[in-house]
Amino acid sequence: MFLRMIRGTLLRQWKKMLMIAFTIALGASLASAMLSVMLDVEDKVNQELKTYGANITVVPKAASVLNELYEVEGGEASGAYLAEGELGKIKTIFWAFNIVDYAPFVNVNAALDDGSTVKTVGSWFNHHMELPTGEQLDAGITSLRSWWEIVQGAWLDEQKEGDDADVCMIGTALAKKLGKSAGDTLHLTGSESDRSLRIVGIYDAGGDEDDQIYAPLNTVQALDGLDGKIDSIEVSALTTPDNELAEKAAKDPGSLTVSQYETWYCTAYASAICWQIQEVITDSVASPVRQVADSEGAILEKTKLLMILITILSLIGAALGICNLVTASVMERSSEIGLMKAIGAQNGAVSGLVLTEICMTAVIGGVVGFFAGFGFAQIIGHTVFGSSITMRPVVIPIVAILVILVTLAGSIPAIRMLLRLRPAEVLHGGR
Amino acid sequence: MSLLELKNVYKIYGELHALDNVNFTVEKGEWVSIMGPSGSGKSTMMNIIGCMDKPSKGEVLLDGVDIAKESAKNLTAIRRDKIGLIFQQFHLVNYLTAVENVMLAQYYHSMPDEKEALEALERVGLAGRAKHLPSQLSGGEQQRVCVARALINTPEIILADEPTGNLDEKNEEIVVDLFHKLHDEGTTLIVVTHDPEVAEVAQRRIVLRDGKITKSVVNENFTGKIRFS
Repeated sequence: MFLRMIRGTLLRQWKKMLMIAFTIALGASLASAMLSVMLDVEDKVNQELKTYGANITVVPKAASVLNELYEVEGGEASGAYLAEGELGKIKTIFWAFNIVDYAPFVNVNAALDDGSTVKTVGSWFNHHMELPTGEQLDAGITSLRSWWEIVQGAWLDEQKEGDDADVCMIGTALAKKLGKSAGDTLHLTGSESDRSLRIVGIYDAGGDEDDQIYAPLNTVQALDGLDGKIDSIEVSALTTPDNELAEKAAKDPGSLTVSQYETWYCTAYASAICWQIQEVITDSVASPVRQVADSEGAILEKTKLLMILITILSLIGAALGICNLVTASVMERSSEIGLMKAIGAQNGAVSGLVLTEICMTAVIGGVVGFFAGFGFAQIIGHTVFGSSITMRPVVIPIVAILVILVTLAGSIPAIRMLLRLRPAEVLHGGR
Repeated sequence: MSLLELKNVYKIYGELHALDNVNFTVEKGEWVSIMGPSGSGKSTMMNIIGCMDKPSKGEVLLDGVDIAKESAKNLTAIRRDKIGLIFQQFHLVNYLTAVENVMLAQYYHSMPDEKEALEALERVGLAGRAKHLPSQLSGGEQQRVCVARALINTPEIILADEPTGNLDEKNEEIVVDLFHKLHDEGTTLIVVTHDPEVAEVAQRRIVLRDGKITKSVVNENFTGKIRFS
């Protein structure tokens, strides 16, 4: 009987129910689109922000002191180096998933055949790593220096050439000075060995790098016999904007209470990530490139906040729509509901009937809205980020719960009206 | 003990006394009609007897229980178990068939039983129209479905509000004949009407005016058959 009544209502009031389903679908589609984008935005914004370069630099402790005192760079000046073998540990820290890219650097002053010296930098280009977590990462300056314009040749493909191959990239200013083009060879002499490197690409960095040579890490290390040694590491990490706690911790983590320390350590503040990097890289000092770190976190926070606000507003809109439609439906059916009460239906039975009808409509609207939202998310992904949005399974239960809550919230006024409805008033007047 | 007893019943809306010190009783198996002009308090009395409203003052004893003191939830249960309601506007659920409308009363009472519901429709002469929707039935047929729905849970009292108000003479006669049959079977009938021909068919006629009972007339020539003038 119950099902016959539900079926009867859904078929008889299909236009009204369609409107309710449409309203729910609209709310659910916006919620699922915004949630999908919000959950995927970290990766998307992260890809965008990678173009800003690294936001954390790691140097040997001794070099850090010299840097501060004399503003000199490189392990050569201080005689201190970081160990290349510890690089993998960066992806094992508490905030490992927030480390999106990083590259080691070793600087060598190599002599050219004409007797002049040129700064030669060894680094990763697109270094492939398979991490213990199962994650795979292609890290290096190909993405960390994405603003470099390749004017000749192409980016050095480390995965194809190997990390000690005799290949390099040179800056436009140096190429012009030496009269070299992509495909030519440069002969470099270090303190320990000499190598002839084929130029695979010429870049325009718009800075000092235009006078430098970039080559695979091991190739440059071999020139000065610096096997396993690196001068610095640049890290691109996703961070949370600093607050008072982060600023206090950045000055002295020892000044924090145990609970403050836990909060700070477990929040992706740049200072917390730096601290955790220092914990795994021996004798290192990690420091944020403050401006970049702050702007990255702030952009991400603001983007997420915007998504949450749009989701909330769309759900409030849907709830108001449902409220109007369900109330109108109950008013229209007041004599039918009055009759049910008159022949013995208790309030619970009538409310259950109306809520079941609305919830069934909500399920239909919710499913349609979810898939429509997935479509909207793809439009947003392609329009804003130029790539598709990955649908996270967690969106499904969240949208389902939101749809149920919004439907129930939107139905409250109608249910209250239904509970107050007196059969005598709707069946033959109160007099 | 009377089946229904109203003692000093008042229903007051502000200054208006819709019922003003009403006293009367209905015995088990009796057929009583309540008549009066528009605004006399007939519907108010029907709402109170039908457990759809409470008096402002006084006692309404139904089977010995003072329904004036019961909660809304208990009144619903009393209505479900003891009263069968028939309305002038029929109030059939328009997306349910005739038999489903009858089963609706069973559903809220106990368990829907299609066989029993069909038998109830047969009693009112509508076995052949069981699968029809209300929109496919005439006014008289809809009212007979309404009677079958009122009967289905074998209530103590059938309470009819202007049951023939929307019917032509032929259908009016059919419905009154049904009441006659029910009365013969021992059902207590209270019929609220402004139609003197319908009111006079009953064993006793109570006349209301301005919320007061002005006349109570026993039908000495009770036959249970309507006579059109």
